[in-house]
Amino acid sequence: MVADASMRMADLDPILERRARDPGALLQILREIQELRGNIDTATVTYLCAQLGIPRTRIEGVAGFYSFLNLQPRGEYRVLFSDNITDRMLGNQSLLEAMCHQLWLQPGKVSEDGLVSIATTSCTGMCDQGPAMLVNGRAITRLSLQRVQEIAQLIRNRTPLDSWPADFFRVDDNIRRGGLILDNKLAPGDALRSGLNIGEAGIVEEIKKSGLRGRGGAGFPTGLKWEACRNAAGTTKHVVCNADEGEPGTFKDRVLLTRQADLVFEGMTLCARAIGAQHGYLYLRGEYRYLLDPLQDVLQRRRESNLLGKDILGQSGFDFDIEIHLGAGAYICGEESALIESLEGKRGIPRSRPPFPVTHGYMQQPTAVDNVETFCSAALAIQMGADSFRAIGTAKSSGSKLISVSGDCPRPGIYEYPFGVSVREVLEDCGATNTRAVQVSGPSGICIAESEFHRKLGFEDLPTAGAFMVFDDSRDLFEVARNFVHFFAHESCGFCTPCRVGTSMLKSTMDKIAAGHGTRFDLAEIENLDHVLQTTAHCGLGRTACNPVLHTLKHFRPAYENRLKSLDFEPAFDLDGALARARQMTGRDDAGAHLKTEET
Amino acid sequence: MSDTFHLDGAEVPFESGQTVMQAALAAGHYIPHLCYHPEFKPHGSCKLCTVKVNGRTTASCTMPAEAGLEIESETEELNALRRTLVQMLFAEGNHFCPSCEKSGNCMLQALGYDLEVHTAGFRHLYPDRPVDASHPDILLDFNRCILCELCVRASSEVDGKNVFGLAGRGITKHLIVNAESGQLADTDIALADKAMQVCPVGVILPKRVGFSIPIGSRRYDERPISAQALDDAPRQSAASGGCTACEE
Repeated sequence: MVADASMRMADLDPILERRARDPGALLQILREIQELRGNIDTATVTYLCAQLGIPRTRIEGVAGFYSFLNLQPRGEYRVLFSDNITDRMLGNQSLLEAMCHQLWLQPGKVSEDGLVSIATTSCTGMCDQGPAMLVNGRAITRLSLQRVQEIAQLIRNRTPLDSWPADFFRVDDNIRRGGLILDNKLAPGDALRSGLNIGEAGIVEEIKKSGLRGRGGAGFPTGLKWEACRNAAGTTKHVVCNADEGEPGTFKDRVLLTRQADLVFEGMTLCARAIGAQHGYLYLRGEYRYLLDPLQDVLQRRRESNLLGKDILGQSGFDFDIEIHLGAGAYICGEESALIESLEGKRGIPRSRPPFPVTHGYMQQPTAVDNVETFCSAALAIQMGADSFRAIGTAKSSGSKLISVSGDCPRPGIYEYPFGVSVREVLEDCGATNTRAVQVSGPSGICIAESEFHRKLGFEDLPTAGAFMVFDDSRDLFEVARNFVHFFAHESCGFCTPCRVGTSMLKSTMDKIAAGHGTRFDLAEIENLDHVLQTTAHCGLGRTACNPVLHTLKHFRPAYENRLKSLDFEPAFDLDGALARARQMTGRDDAGAHLKTEET
Repeated sequence: MSDTFHLDGAEVPFESGQTVMQAALAAGHYIPHLCYHPEFKPHGSCKLCTVKVNGRTTASCTMPAEAGLEIESETEELNALRRTLVQMLFAEGNHFCPSCEKSGNCMLQALGYDLEVHTAGFRHLYPDRPVDASHPDILLDFNRCILCELCVRASSEVDGKNVFGLAGRGITKHLIVNAESGQLADTDIALADKAMQVCPVGVILPKRVGFSIPIGSRRYDERPISAQALDDAPRQSAASGGCTACEE
């Protein structure tokens, strides 16, 4: 019996050996088992407990935290439709319905024969070529009714994914406007050599002088971060590249990692030189699994060129290497301290700060965590010199910014501009017409209306991580906000009370308004909820969760008011809705099976 | 000589390494809290202890004490936030105080009274959380769980057992036990465990001791939680500072 059990687990041993049975690699181990077997069942968890020497509460806790890990069987083919508002605008909901219809199953359920499940997932970063989906973790773009029908047929025939048409998996870069980063002509090692010439302290000084600020949205001065990390006491320092690009509407890191991987790694290596780190990690979001092998190839090539590894470029004692960790479907891991927890193989819960990662990061050691684009810009700033870098952009926002344009425009894709470009210029370049609103920097950012299109992208005015979603006058901004609210509720880590409960309450209020039961009282409640979340939530996710509603209320109040009842108060409890289950069970849907509502 | 900060105008001494909550309780000042427990490392999830430090709100249980901080706690603005948080916790689970064995000994209920939470405030979520009565001596009623993680911490840090853990994410986050069957009977929990003593609400209950102390004579029936919590906190010895003078 025991021998039998371990025989059934024999396929896991190579994974466990590769990860040296290290509990700190739990997330990577679980992810690889998920990929191999399609789920992580009870017996597997028991086996892992024994192999890793950790309690099953820890394993189930981690597996239950990440959306892409399944403790229950989810079918041989696990289909997840990307459900960002841009996917919705391109018709993903009707495609999902069509596919469910064709495969005879309900969304979220596994088919009776265990063949397939179909559900939704948060934005997969393919907004410029949506609607998109993931099948067993592999990205498929440009869905159409025809493509969905073909996929259903392939699934029904149990065709292995590797034999599906390659065009399904094609991801275009869609670079529409290049600039400092996208048009750079550096050869691998160029920036690194420049860095070695100016020395460790020189790199920090040059980055400080360049005025470079973090491109992940918060805009913290990169030079100060590196300096703090360099000065922090610690035995082992770390460089972490945050490629957990989860903000709906953002996909610039996807393109940078496809086209400029060397520049990203070069920036990380320069950072390592500056702070004295020997280990680097690229935390790649699970949705970009398809980039893993090409990135590993780039790392290998850099090792062979002595740009990574021991005595880099002949500098004795300059040892540094980079490892890639994959995420598994958790937006919150884009928050730097949650990302570090995740790197350590734990649930991605943001830490209490202080202390900050620069002194107590990965494994409680000094850690510099920067965005993909920040590392690219840092490498360029070192290569061209702080003064030349600073000459680009504006006074407080030096350099360039990659903008991920999606939504209602004929030319979605990546646009690189010097900081200070106006919203209107971007709209003109992407060919948008009749634009009603732009969501800058994703759901946690800001929604602006036409009266503000003169505003400029940059830390002085409109800070942005890069998302730029365009909505024309055919769009209902209430539905946009409701999509974002659902996103936050789905992605809340659940650690703190206000965010865990508050995002769910906000979601139910928005659903109540959508169902035509909203009142003025509900709008006031949203404002109260916002105050509670702003002041008490543990991290930025909770603090910004009400933004989409408040911003759209500010500019597009009629979109809400048209839906409100004229009453001051209306209970959220829907008497007729409560009978839905009974109707389903009895197969009735006649007038007698419904309660009359007082609407005239 | 120890440093001090100001809490609602009173001078509070602290030792290096203490958080604002620890120093305040030691000096006889109550700040409402649920997930904080004097015997465990603060973890800052319930947010009931939110205070304003130099104008910015933060959880006082995890905020390191620093000399000269100006801290507000006992204000209507902050208590209004705390009321909403208590309402959220009530709405999130299934709490029926009149039939709960923990009534009168329950911190959530006691905070509700102390903060004067008079209404539900939110639509209740009525989650489906089956009880676990598998163990011969211990009942788990997950309906009342507020996810403070005290049992998780007690079991791993004190009992060395890891009987409890958290799974799921967001609003689906829930307490789990360390057994392949998922049932408490198959864990190594024992009645004498620390984890049995720390639940602030009525999740972890010994069987067959129901209502041995009548409702009306229980812990928070006698004294409000704001007074009780100070008795439980490790206090500074009278010799180490004049903090007794700060008490009202």
